[in-house]
Amino acid sequence: MGGYTLTELGSIFVMQGFAGLSLFSVLLLMALGLAIIFGQMGVINMAHGEFMTIGAYTTVMFSVLTAKFAPGFIDYYFPFAMLVSFLIAFGIGYFVEFAMIRHLYKRPLDTLLATWGLSLIMQQIFRSAFGAREVSATLPEWLLGSFQPTESIDIPLNGIFVMGLTVFVTLGVFYFLFKSRWGLRVRATTQNRIMAGAVGINTRLVDRVSFALGCGIAGIAGAAFTTITSTGPTTGTLYIVDTFLVVVFGGAASLFGTIASAFSIAQAQSIMEFFMTGSMAKVLTLLTIIGILMLRPEGLFSIKVRK
Amino acid sequence: MKAIYNNLLGGRQGVIGLALLAALIFLVLPMFLDIFRLNLVGKYLTYAFAAVSLVLIWGYGGILSLGQGVFFGLGGYCMAMFLKLEASSPENTAIQSTPGIPDFMDWNQLTQLPWFWEPFNSFPFTLFAILAVPGLLAYIIGVAMFKRRVGGVYFSIITQAIAAILTILIVGQQGLTGGINGITDLKTLHGWDIRTDSAKYLLYYINGGLLIGVILLSRFILSSKLGRLLLAMRDKEDRVRFSGYDVSNFKIFIFCVAAMISAMGGAMFTLQVGFMSPSFVGIVPSIEMVIFAAVGGRMSLIGAVYGALIVNYGKTYFSETFPELWLFLMGGLFIAVVMFFPNGLAGLYEKHGKRIMEKIKSLRRKPTPPAEKTLAAGNDTSAAAREAA
Amino acid sequence: MNRKLENGLWRHALSLMTATALSVALVLPGATMAAPATADVSKTGLAVTDTTVTVGILHSLTGTMAISETGSVEAEKLAIDQINEMGGILGRKIEVITEDGASDWPTFAEKARKLLVQDKVATVFGCWTSASRKAALPVFEKENGLLYYPTFYEGLEQSHNVIYTGQEATQQILDGLNWVAKEKGAKTFYLIGSDYIWPRTSMKIARKHIENVLGGKVVGEEYAPLGHTQFGSIINKIRLKKPDVIYAAVVGGSNVAWFKQLKAAGITGDKQTLLTISVTEDEVLGIGGENLVGFYSIMKYFMPVENENNKKFIAAFKAKYGDDSVIGDVTQAAYLGPWLWKAAVEKAGSFDVDKVVAASPGIELTTAPEGYVKVHENHHLWSKARIGQWQADGQVKIVYESDLIEPNPFPEGYQ
Repeated sequence: MGGYTLTELGSIFVMQGFAGLSLFSVLLLMALGLAIIFGQMGVINMAHGEFMTIGAYTTVMFSVLTAKFAPGFIDYYFPFAMLVSFLIAFGIGYFVEFAMIRHLYKRPLDTLLATWGLSLIMQQIFRSAFGAREVSATLPEWLLGSFQPTESIDIPLNGIFVMGLTVFVTLGVFYFLFKSRWGLRVRATTQNRIMAGAVGINTRLVDRVSFALGCGIAGIAGAAFTTITSTGPTTGTLYIVDTFLVVVFGGAASLFGTIASAFSIAQAQSIMEFFMTGSMAKVLTLLTIIGILMLRPEGLFSIKVRK
Repeated sequence: MKAIYNNLLGGRQGVIGLALLAALIFLVLPMFLDIFRLNLVGKYLTYAFAAVSLVLIWGYGGILSLGQGVFFGLGGYCMAMFLKLEASSPENTAIQSTPGIPDFMDWNQLTQLPWFWEPFNSFPFTLFAILAVPGLLAYIIGVAMFKRRVGGVYFSIITQAIAAILTILIVGQQGLTGGINGITDLKTLHGWDIRTDSAKYLLYYINGGLLIGVILLSRFILSSKLGRLLLAMRDKEDRVRFSGYDVSNFKIFIFCVAAMISAMGGAMFTLQVGFMSPSFVGIVPSIEMVIFAAVGGRMSLIGAVYGALIVNYGKTYFSETFPELWLFLMGGLFIAVVMFFPNGLAGLYEKHGKRIMEKIKSLRRKPTPPAEKTLAAGNDTSAAAREAA
Repeated sequence: MNRKLENGLWRHALSLMTATALSVALVLPGATMAAPATADVSKTGLAVTDTTVTVGILHSLTGTMAISETGSVEAEKLAIDQINEMGGILGRKIEVITEDGASDWPTFAEKARKLLVQDKVATVFGCWTSASRKAALPVFEKENGLLYYPTFYEGLEQSHNVIYTGQEATQQILDGLNWVAKEKGAKTFYLIGSDYIWPRTSMKIARKHIENVLGGKVVGEEYAPLGHTQFGSIINKIRLKKPDVIYAAVVGGSNVAWFKQLKAAGITGDKQTLLTISVTEDEVLGIGGENLVGFYSIMKYFMPVENENNKKFIAAFKAKYGDDSVIGDVTQAAYLGPWLWKAAVEKAGSFDVDKVVAASPGIELTTAPEGYVKVHENHHLWSKARIGQWQADGQVKIVYESDLIEPNPFPEGYQ
């Protein structure tokens, strides 16, 4: 790389590192919800992307309403929009589990088909309600632009925001799963449903809340993504394969695995993108994942459970 | 003779089902539909190949492949490459900077036919490749996955990723593959114009014939020992393994067969529709193929054909009449099939259709000779159970 | 009430327009004249009756492309309504059959065949992406149908059965590059597009022009997969190369991510010249004006184009589809389709495809919102190129307007 000064190369290195981290937080945020639903509960939720879209549309609606009725409030609406996105996605997830998923726990492959159907229906609802065009939220000032630690380094503010959010949500999920009473029940139920029921855990309620929680986190992810890209009725389908791969690659039942896999996939992708075209980088990343999965079919980290 | 009758044709019930299907494809539909609609039905029937292949691997083998579109597409692409080379004779492409190569290559500054296109000048090679290329890919995937005991959900998600990879590759390497436009403007097969009405009729019948052939072949496979092993593996894989069978080999075999069947559908698709594009390779068409099989009944070869016909007809009809409603219906169908009738149309027939048929029969021959009849009926139901299983 | 008034005004304005327009002067609104006999105007069995003629509209109403194609459908319907209000074509009202291509290329082929074979439509207005046109084209050629295709596209095509109302690649690309080279003194260019045929062909032409004509240098060429939303690495590459101009043809949802991330990375209009061939007013809705401020687009039409035709067109469009609707380049090109067809039919005195096609070259439209267009022998339109600089409100300021450019779908030296 002749012709570039050391500072320039240094700055590019820093920014490239940040691009990788930023992709990592995006992937992790997408995958956290699914790690609960698919990893812990074994439900293949193909409508996961649509739950993200719910969050995104909620945020867009918030932004439009704020701009219309309380323009002075535009700098502060975002946290509320995220909270409401979570609640709406949680509520819909709760209902979906009640109406559909709970009848299918014994047939995981069938949940795949049923939730795929659900995703089609949700897409058409989005289209009828919000139109086919892509829409964007008006972002508050503090999310726009970049942070410049030195003359030649620009760190995108929205990237920092998504990263912070991801850390927050991840910690929240960890606390929930490993420190709270609820988490204990969830883990007990996933490891041995019958025994869990026998010791008095209401496994049905545990399932319902876990599923809804996964959907709610997807809603938060969707809200966060409005800072990066636009929202359309079929936005969710863009993410679904990547999301599943992250979870599967990490080892379905391990939350640490999900984090590790999101990190390695993001770094691989972002480094390769720097040296080759985006399409080839994507193909190579996917092939590597598949290759490694063949060597370790259970993913990077797996919990050994007696069947 | 008896063995063939029972195994290949599936006994009396199997013969009746097959005869009805053949009559529908060869007589009823051509009689009542104009060539435009018949060509559409021909297109639906090519999807039926994929649906039948899914009955084999998913219904009987318990392996849900979300990558049947990959094989369907590869078969279609092989056929399309041959047709495209024929359509790009130096005379037809005289205005290009390099005449004699497909137009999209010329647009992408290729000056020479890539090496892997060369063999597709030969029709026998093309026919071979249509089965061999998808078969080989299926073999590689199969060995890699099943030998390492990757199964269930993991297999589904990995095949889905493979579908995504292939789509990105085809779209990204457009100089070699035609990119997102696909391979279009296919005209003749050995100088025979495939776009004329007479050609469309002929292709329709060839397609129908092949489909019946594929169903017979699948029946044969399923009625052999392999079929029973597949079922056993689906339900208790470990026990089969402990009995000394190499489970993975059976899985690889059936996966390859299914890939080749899908590929045949793809090749017929290219011939009847006149082009091939990456939109048949990806995730969405692959999942739709699963729903054809699910609607027809994942355990019923003939049901899969009806499933493909009905879902696709519905798609055409509703998208012409109520485009808004289409996705609701398709989505609702997915959910309903899974939740309320997991055995699809075939299951519904087993449950209700048969009883009605029995009633009609018993009404017709009122005075029932007691003992003999019950015995016969007993035989009948056991045959039916075999068919349904 | 408002709408009614506007409609009335509009009808009045239209009658004035028709009086002045060369090609459309045959039928005056309200004038009752004997329509020519059906046997005379349709000899090939098209769906023409004594009072009606049926046409098809074939766009994606569902699927990923519905985002882009909705505007075209609206414009085509608007033009057809206006023509009907003026008394139709050859004394016949236009009836429309709308088919959904569902963003799926084979469906386009299937529906095209349905429109031509079963419905016997006189013409079809439709297709949007190149892929959908490529899929449907053999059907139009085989059944000898007629297609008016509205999108700017990569060129390299010319069919007896298609009239291209958008610009082909050279009409859009060359003037823009000349302009940045001259106005901004640009020497180095970074090309980035989505990974499919239109950006790739456009970039090929751009590269040849930059290297052979302008004497500049292409310092990078990059294609992102369709639907890509993470441009961090690509932006870093651009930063490393420090091009004078970023030349962009990213489409769809990626387009939004691309511009948002550019802005977030501190690459903004006041520091960096960026010229794009894939952003119209339609796209801005998704991208947001604040992310585009100062960047340039080159198109043949922007909403602020100054002329009477355009004012009327925008007023009519907003009256029909609501005040906040926007009109992009393709929407305007789609609006031309029915008018060009009307002119050609009336010149030919027949709906038969071969006669309409034969009559088409030389057809002029002085009532076009973009100004003046004329159909070339090669079935494309003579049209202007305009460069607009984006403002925060999502509108452009037009900074450059070319003369009429001759369409040249097979440009020598650019292949």
